[in-house]
Amino acid sequence: MSVLLKTLGFSLGLTLLFTLVTYLLPQVKGEAPVEKAVDLGSLTMESFIALGDEIFHNKGTCTLCHQPAPLGRAPDIGGEDMVALANKHLADERYQGDAKNAEEYIRESLLHPGKYVVAGWGKKGSNDTESPMPMVDKPPIQLTPIEIDAVIAWLEAKDGGEVTVTLPTAEAAAEVASAATADDSGKAPVLATTAVEALAKYACTSCHAMDSNDVLVGPGLVDIGSRLSKEELRQSIVEPNAVVAEGFPPAMPPDFASKMTVSELEMIVNYLAEKKG
Amino acid sequence: MKQTESIHTIGGRLAAMLFSLLVLLLFGMAAVAQADAGMGGTQERIAPIGEVRLAGQPPVEVSAEPAAIQEQETQLKAAPRPGRSDYPNVGVSSRAIVWVLGQMHLFFGALVLAVPLFVLLIELVGVYTRDDRYDDMAHEFMKISLTGFSITAIFGGSLALALFLLYPDLMGYLMNVFGAQWLVYAGLFFFESFFLYIYYYGWNALRYGNLKWVHLTLGLLLNASGLTIMVLANSWATFMMAPSGVNEVGAVVGNIWEVMKGPLWNPINLHRFIANIAFGGAVVGAYAAFKFLSAKDPVKRAHYDWMGYTSNFIAILSFLPLPFAGYWLMAEIYAYSQQMGITAMGGILAWLFIVQAVLIGTILLAGNFYLWSGMSRTDGSERYKGLIKVIALVLVVSFLIWVTPHTLILSASEISLLGGSHHHILGPLGIMPAKNIAVNLMLIATFLSFQLYRRSDKVATVRWAPMGNALMVAVYVGAVVNIIFLGVYYGYFTNTVYKVGSSVAQVVTTLVVIVFGLVIDSLMFKKAKVLPSHWGRIPDRAQYALFALPIAFTWLMALMGYVRSSVKTHWHVYTVMKDNSPDNFIPTIGYAGNMITLVTVLFLLCVLFMFWVANLSGSKQPKPGAVAAGGEA
Repeated sequence: MSVLLKTLGFSLGLTLLFTLVTYLLPQVKGEAPVEKAVDLGSLTMESFIALGDEIFHNKGTCTLCHQPAPLGRAPDIGGEDMVALANKHLADERYQGDAKNAEEYIRESLLHPGKYVVAGWGKKGSNDTESPMPMVDKPPIQLTPIEIDAVIAWLEAKDGGEVTVTLPTAEAAAEVASAATADDSGKAPVLATTAVEALAKYACTSCHAMDSNDVLVGPGLVDIGSRLSKEELRQSIVEPNAVVAEGFPPAMPPDFASKMTVSELEMIVNYLAEKKG
Repeated sequence: MKQTESIHTIGGRLAAMLFSLLVLLLFGMAAVAQADAGMGGTQERIAPIGEVRLAGQPPVEVSAEPAAIQEQETQLKAAPRPGRSDYPNVGVSSRAIVWVLGQMHLFFGALVLAVPLFVLLIELVGVYTRDDRYDDMAHEFMKISLTGFSITAIFGGSLALALFLLYPDLMGYLMNVFGAQWLVYAGLFFFESFFLYIYYYGWNALRYGNLKWVHLTLGLLLNASGLTIMVLANSWATFMMAPSGVNEVGAVVGNIWEVMKGPLWNPINLHRFIANIAFGGAVVGAYAAFKFLSAKDPVKRAHYDWMGYTSNFIAILSFLPLPFAGYWLMAEIYAYSQQMGITAMGGILAWLFIVQAVLIGTILLAGNFYLWSGMSRTDGSERYKGLIKVIALVLVVSFLIWVTPHTLILSASEISLLGGSHHHILGPLGIMPAKNIAVNLMLIATFLSFQLYRRSDKVATVRWAPMGNALMVAVYVGAVVNIIFLGVYYGYFTNTVYKVGSSVAQVVTTLVVIVFGLVIDSLMFKKAKVLPSHWGRIPDRAQYALFALPIAFTWLMALMGYVRSSVKTHWHVYTVMKDNSPDNFIPTIGYAGNMITLVTVLFLLCVLFMFWVANLSGSKQPKPGAVAAGGEA
């Protein structure tokens, strides 16, 4: 056998051996967070707590750090009674935050983790004055207020504690949708070029199902084109409180007229007018 | 006389070319400076001429509209937010296309940046030792990698086109952020090519005397251009991992230096710089091994044996500090974002560090095996043969500890058999403190192999040699005890903060052994009796270690590229620009393994082509008439 064949065979064999090692390991895929619509009509506290559990272990990426010793890089809040722990920290003389009860303490820890750093868990060299924890409402985690409430509900409930957070209301959902559209921090938003983009940009799909009559926060719009004319559709976007669908709260943001460009409005209206079931 | 004249002519032409280049550079800089100062600059040339008024009269009031437009234009531009439909679909995974092209570009880029670096050093050694063999070897290294520059450019150009086609929003954003830096990057290729071709083709014309120093200077300038290209390209990768110079929505708020100098830039620069040398050494080592195995002539075998030894020396010596550079990089990643650090080391990506352990274990075992086999070149190596078994044992045990996983996916019956989710004896070997001990011991064992090899053809003649040896043994024993103590005490009996801190002390201990060993050997063997070395006297099977090295290095580079890119999770630019493409998930380790094997095999084929082309220049077809005459005879 020639030297070339021998050396090529050896090299390929070694390469395949390394590939084989990768197949002996668990095959785990790291999915990007997916948008999830919550039906307020059927939301119970139990399912809200379950949502918090899921966010804690997935989108929130909390378990990357909050694990039992010796793996943990932050207190093992999943394994400890969080309400009792919160009350203990509130009583600590080092505590300088604004929280008055366990719920407020947990919320403050999520949104402003630097307010109180548990002894021994601060950034290296900071003498427990700086927290390594990211603010969960900011990128890369970016939890919404509803998601934060769900996490708090789960943390309170998991050890049998009383859940003090309330279920999200239609107004809160509308606020989230509105915040999502205004999340440009004063910068000029990117113009939508298609109706689908415009619907996504103004978070219409957060409250309205486009392909069914399912009720999310607002009514489903699958056949809206057969119920409303283009004029009525236009009015329902720019003046949402002029006529409110029966059985629904007036939760639609009233400021689309000042946010949408004419072309975006027209694209949405034309798109909806074609939805006839 | 004629030759001297021709050399003077070449020297004169070269000086003229360099002078012209310098003039062009100065002229260009002056033009830019002038433009900035407003003397015939861009501002003046494009300013509209739309206002005619009498001298002495106040300027006409401008309407509010232009001011509003101006304000709008100066408004900060946030990073784009592409939707799924903004990503062109060409029928094949866009990420897979970019993955292959990007990795091939990086492989060849690493090779052609590394080779001129150690070639320059070998050339310099040749000047100081006045040994032409070094100069010839350096020249041969350049010859075999020359085609690599074109291959790098081909893959680089293809990668750029693929990125603009498949990720237009991301590329538009990066163009906006880095601005004119892209042109500087492109411009540097002119310099690199200029210096490369004169450096290579002028090798024999600038070989002796003062002209040799001109040649060395050209080599230095070639390396300076290449390294600048590398650090500029690194800044794009590190910006995407840890953006700086932009606000929270990705709008540029800093200057280009603030954008480039993110927290991960220098750690990546150092890590890639060292890794490239190790990688380059390993690739040219495979060339030497192939030529050694193919050669029948003892002189050629001796030459390629020496070339292979030098390549292995370059690869392993530069590989030894690499884990420390990697450690710095990871520490900076943790400091920037603990979440990102844990995603890499403790999240779903953590499993691939088992593969990394297999690869590094392969590299260290192959490197050590080659050194042990190479000891047969000298008769003086007999005295160290017993130690080789100890080193082999340390390497194998450490390797097994390194690949011990911590968490396993187990069935209920397996958990009950184990008595828990972790094995009560092997479980503690799965966490980092055990692996830190293992990797440091492997590095120390490899350095010992290297030290023994270097000593095998020498006998120390200094009076204090026994004391020097005793001191060296004491340093090894002390270091091993210290590394194990630090790992066990701080790793298992204190909290995580101390665990991380203690690994720095372990690394320092290993470095102390290496530095102390180099210093004591250089003093102890200064006027040593040198035993004869028989180059070419090495078993053929040792050459396969020189093939294992580049394969493992190539695989390792691609694997680490997968980690580096994946820690950004579903972000193009971490925290400021989301990845909404269909490929915005971290693929499984098996899929990554397939992709890595694909690029490794492609690289292998391209490298074979590169070596073949290099040898083609030395082949000459016999004249048809001469062949016929020979046939008749």
